[in-house]
Amino acid sequence: MALSSAFEYAPAPESRSVVDIAPSYGLFIDGEFTEAADGKVFKTVSPSTEEVLSEVARAGTADVDRAVQAARKAFTKWSALPGSERAKYLFRIARIIQERSRELAVLETLDNGKPIKETRDTDLPLVAAHFFYYAGWADKLDHAGFGANPRPLGVAGQVIPWNFPLLMLAWKIAPALATGNTVVLKPAETTPLSALFFADICRQAGLPKGVVNILPGYGDAGAALVEHPDVNKVAFTGSTAVGKAIARSVAGTEKKVTLELGGKGANIVFDDAPVDQAVEGIVTGIFFNQGQVCCAGSRLLVQESVQEEVVDALKRRLATLRLGDPLDKNTDIGAINSAEQLARIQKLADTGEAEGAERWSPACELPTSGYWFAPTVFTGVTQAHTVARDEIFGPVLSVLSFRTPDEAVAKANNTQYGLSAGIWTEKGSRILAVANKLRAGVVWANTFNKLDPTSPFGGYKESGYGREGGRHGLEAYLAPSSPEGKR
Amino acid sequence: MPTTAPSPGTPGEGPASRPGDAPSAGGLADVTASDSALRRFLHGLPGVDAVGLEARAAALGTRSIKTTAKAYAIDLAISMIDLTTLEGADTPGKVRALAAKAVHPDPTDRTTPMTAAVCVYPDMAATAKAALNGADVKVASVATAFPAGRAALPVKLADVRDAVAAGADEIDMVIDRGAFLSGRYLSVYEEIQAVRAECVRPGGTAARLKVIFETGELSTYDNIRRASWIGMMAGADFIKTSTGKVAVNATPANTLLMLEAVRDFRAQTGIQVGVKPAGGIRSTKDAIKFLVLVNETAGADWLDSHWFRFGASSLLNDLLMQRQKLSTGRYSGPDYVTVD
Repeated sequence: MALSSAFEYAPAPESRSVVDIAPSYGLFIDGEFTEAADGKVFKTVSPSTEEVLSEVARAGTADVDRAVQAARKAFTKWSALPGSERAKYLFRIARIIQERSRELAVLETLDNGKPIKETRDTDLPLVAAHFFYYAGWADKLDHAGFGANPRPLGVAGQVIPWNFPLLMLAWKIAPALATGNTVVLKPAETTPLSALFFADICRQAGLPKGVVNILPGYGDAGAALVEHPDVNKVAFTGSTAVGKAIARSVAGTEKKVTLELGGKGANIVFDDAPVDQAVEGIVTGIFFNQGQVCCAGSRLLVQESVQEEVVDALKRRLATLRLGDPLDKNTDIGAINSAEQLARIQKLADTGEAEGAERWSPACELPTSGYWFAPTVFTGVTQAHTVARDEIFGPVLSVLSFRTPDEAVAKANNTQYGLSAGIWTEKGSRILAVANKLRAGVVWANTFNKLDPTSPFGGYKESGYGREGGRHGLEAYLAPSSPEGKR
Repeated sequence: MPTTAPSPGTPGEGPASRPGDAPSAGGLADVTASDSALRRFLHGLPGVDAVGLEARAAALGTRSIKTTAKAYAIDLAISMIDLTTLEGADTPGKVRALAAKAVHPDPTDRTTPMTAAVCVYPDMAATAKAALNGADVKVASVATAFPAGRAALPVKLADVRDAVAAGADEIDMVIDRGAFLSGRYLSVYEEIQAVRAECVRPGGTAARLKVIFETGELSTYDNIRRASWIGMMAGADFIKTSTGKVAVNATPANTLLMLEAVRDFRAQTGIQVGVKPAGGIRSTKDAIKFLVLVNETAGADWLDSHWFRFGASSLLNDLLMQRQKLSTGRYSGPDYVTVD
């Protein structure tokens, strides 16, 4: 019996051959792929290897205008379709996404750097679920609680981030189309590919031309889209700084706006928590998608009496996290999305250390190429530390303690953000009591980072306004009919 | 782990000298002083969130084990099997066949590891011992009125005594689920201790004791954690999920929970206790999932037949077929492994 070797998992890479990435992609306007008016292009790279995946047309102001005009033209017919007809297209898109989910999961992992485990098991199922869910609403808008015969707004200008490229697209496009709006969407400059594949899916589904337009590009294209006078609705997910700029630029116009911005979620662990599951929830809360999640539980508030025990258990658990090739099915932690984001994380982590918080990472070998950051825990953090206040958007957890439920609530709410929070306790009454006092759009109890199309998502304070998902998500795309039938 | 727990025990009582002396095991004597003290302790253990536990077990089940890791896992799993026959229809011939298979699981490939043990009823322990003829395969015997455990304590103890006298190296006992569910934890604890005392042989050595909780009858995960601690404090060498005789036997979730319990118990007392899921693990794929649970929960220290076992009978043949496939590149089929 030669059983002396350790149980090291052999590499289990998902095949790249299921996805065919073209050397170049155009903008998707009025049902056609087209070059940018000024001929500009940019490269998109794989964050785990820095390999150039493709060259993508870069939208400029003229392209934004073209796309908005195409959407405006398509709006007349699209909004006049019966809801049941629009639902058919959405159901078709949802089914195609399911059929192509493996391809899309691999693509997303290549372009974003997140583990295949997450794109395969979380992103893609949720993407399809959002289209299915809103397809179901399309012919029931009269019963959504926004008045009889609610009307679409018109052209929706949508700008999405790079952390969940395809999922954010689904959050934006599915309710917009279900309610009869047409769409111009700008994906993030580091992750344009899955949106372009989605454009192909729209064609495969026979979606009428101009209903969905995709404009890969940078912030200038996003700004042009938001400011375009013929856009009726602006939906943005991204940083608080950009969200503020958008709010300023649309102030005084008739545009409807929803903003999903940053967060600094508190994950509160009481002394009677199910410890092992709480540790899993802490890990999911901050290391899911390398912490690049706006609703991440980046502040761990743990009751002082169990602090040592919980932190020890957490460190033990982190030692089993597997960091590396995102295409490996056993990888838990993938690459940071871009060099720029990596630098930001490094800077904030260094600030935490400089301000005297205790920094810890498990023994962890980082690959030599690509953008990598080891899972990091800061202990001895107080409310006054930068790492307890600023959104890091990376795999960095700050551990704070509290003594009473009131103190936990006070500390959890003591932030400029208010997107998410978590409560860990075996006591049901405490869950309800604490949840009611937390100023956060989502409060999870004995779980974290669970998303579902039926559940509204959005924030308080600098985390933005408006809700996406669920019945509430329809509201942002609907105008109630006046009694005279005018909008 | 529990906040109410007393401090760790004296280092002198390490794993090697796992005592028949157990009220003081790991310095937990105080909590077993009375039924109410034991209840307070058990109910002070961290709760188990069922959704989270099952999600974690399912997530670990998606680990992709390939090539060298798979070959290693298959051999490891074979070496961890308690090859079991627990039927009313058992005959000496059947037990001898089982023993032969335990020693040479795959007659066509002598590099195949032996199983850890053969597991039989007490009246077959001597037959099994003789059939093994000194091979390094243990004889495990279920005792204590297995599987229901519904007999008077003297009867159960006599059952154990018989099995040990017949040469059993390991005793698999069932706890009194009735006493447990009615909250008489101390009675469960004392019964385990009494059985443990019967495991001691005249020379002073002792058969290793596996304590079976019948998790399917305990109904909640909190109960499984509490039972695990009772078992470990009372001196179990192994904690075991189930008899294989009820509807729900070993599952990834209840095994994960018990692995957490042995991990925490060792952290607190220095005493290492083994884990044995039993019943319902039939395929190589399932077995590997359990090994992943061991590896990522209790850790590599438990990846050894001394600390982890599979209570299984049909699992072995699937492991052998997968093993043949790895070595030949072809999947042969059930006629290329022995039926028993």
